[in-house]
Amino acid sequence: MTCRAAAAPGGPLSGRKGILVATATDKEIVQCLVGNGVQFITSLPCKQLAGVIDLVEREPGMRHVPCTREDEGLGMCVGAHLGGRKSAILMQNTALGVIVNAIATLVQYYHVPVPMIVSHRGEVGEPVACQVEMALHTRPLLDMLKIPSYSFTDPGQIELLDGILGHCFMSRKPVAVLAQASFWSRAQ
Amino acid sequence: MNRFEVLKTIVPVVRDRLVVCNIGSPSQELRFLCDQDSNFYMLGTMGLCSSIGLGLAMSCDESVIAIDGDGSILTNLGGLATIANNPCSNFVLLIIDNGSYGSTGDQPTYAGAQTSLAKVAQACGCKHVVECSGKHLAATLEDVLERGTGGVIVCKCDPGQVPAPVVDLDPVVIAHRFSARVSRGRLDHAGTSSANAA
Repeated sequence: MTCRAAAAPGGPLSGRKGILVATATDKEIVQCLVGNGVQFITSLPCKQLAGVIDLVEREPGMRHVPCTREDEGLGMCVGAHLGGRKSAILMQNTALGVIVNAIATLVQYYHVPVPMIVSHRGEVGEPVACQVEMALHTRPLLDMLKIPSYSFTDPGQIELLDGILGHCFMSRKPVAVLAQASFWSRAQ
Repeated sequence: MNRFEVLKTIVPVVRDRLVVCNIGSPSQELRFLCDQDSNFYMLGTMGLCSSIGLGLAMSCDESVIAIDGDGSILTNLGGLATIANNPCSNFVLLIIDNGSYGSTGDQPTYAGAQTSLAKVAQACGCKHVVECSGKHLAATLEDVLERGTGGVIVCKCDPGQVPAPVVDLDPVVIAHRFSARVSRGRLDHAGTSSANAA
């Protein structure tokens, strides 16, 4: 038996599931990914992404494979793309520090579309000082890498996600959705 | 035996199979020995060969062989934990362990000293880990493919490479011809399955 992307839900860590913490906004994000044909998803946790990660782990028809580093995750996304599956990554903005080479020499060089759903820590209201440091570099890094990025500050902006995902797959480029603290705190 | 000599012995085994090949000399040597649509040559991004191979194996039914190196694996040891925790019966990770960073002038790696990548893979939880010499690789690889369990093969060999030409294919061409080959394989597989069912 092989382990195709569209395998039954329940990933390698599914035995350790806690209480489902997803909000309606989290559900909308996952439904939008599903609606755009994403079948392979990788993640490294962020507190703000916990609900989305919970949901993708349970989503039938979507293979969720947690990664140990985000560049490794992008490698798997590229592999899934080569195998004919649309992929996506869930990560924190601090990950931009470890994915620059994978973005430039793999994802962009081979024209692989990978939506990056990014929880953007370090903005106003952030309780952890160190998070502010990478927040300062997040948009400059995305701009330098020519990655189209979209900032979500309010859950109402979720209606833009469908178009953003479509744009990503049409253009065969990575795109980043930066979901700010206000987006998550106002999510129902 | 060095890596080139080792690769030469497995050409009949990897022919027509999906192969993801590590950046630098390994891809150059493989292309020189056996260029085919089903080879995905990495042109950059040291360390992600095993991860690309795993993502691919999870997304198709065919066997996938990732030809990686010891230096590359050392940059992405976490990937072995991901492989172990997401077992894929159609994925073979072949680590050609020559104890050196071959493409940059054969500087020694830790895998050639105190670190056993086979033991690291086992400690990560990988099943079906085999260590073999270059002389026995072709038979070992054939055996793992035949058993259909997937697994990790660590092939110990000598440093050194041949001056094969740089891979000058456009990356988009490499990806396109590879993906087209995966699709053809999927159609063939579907055809075979329905023929068997009939």
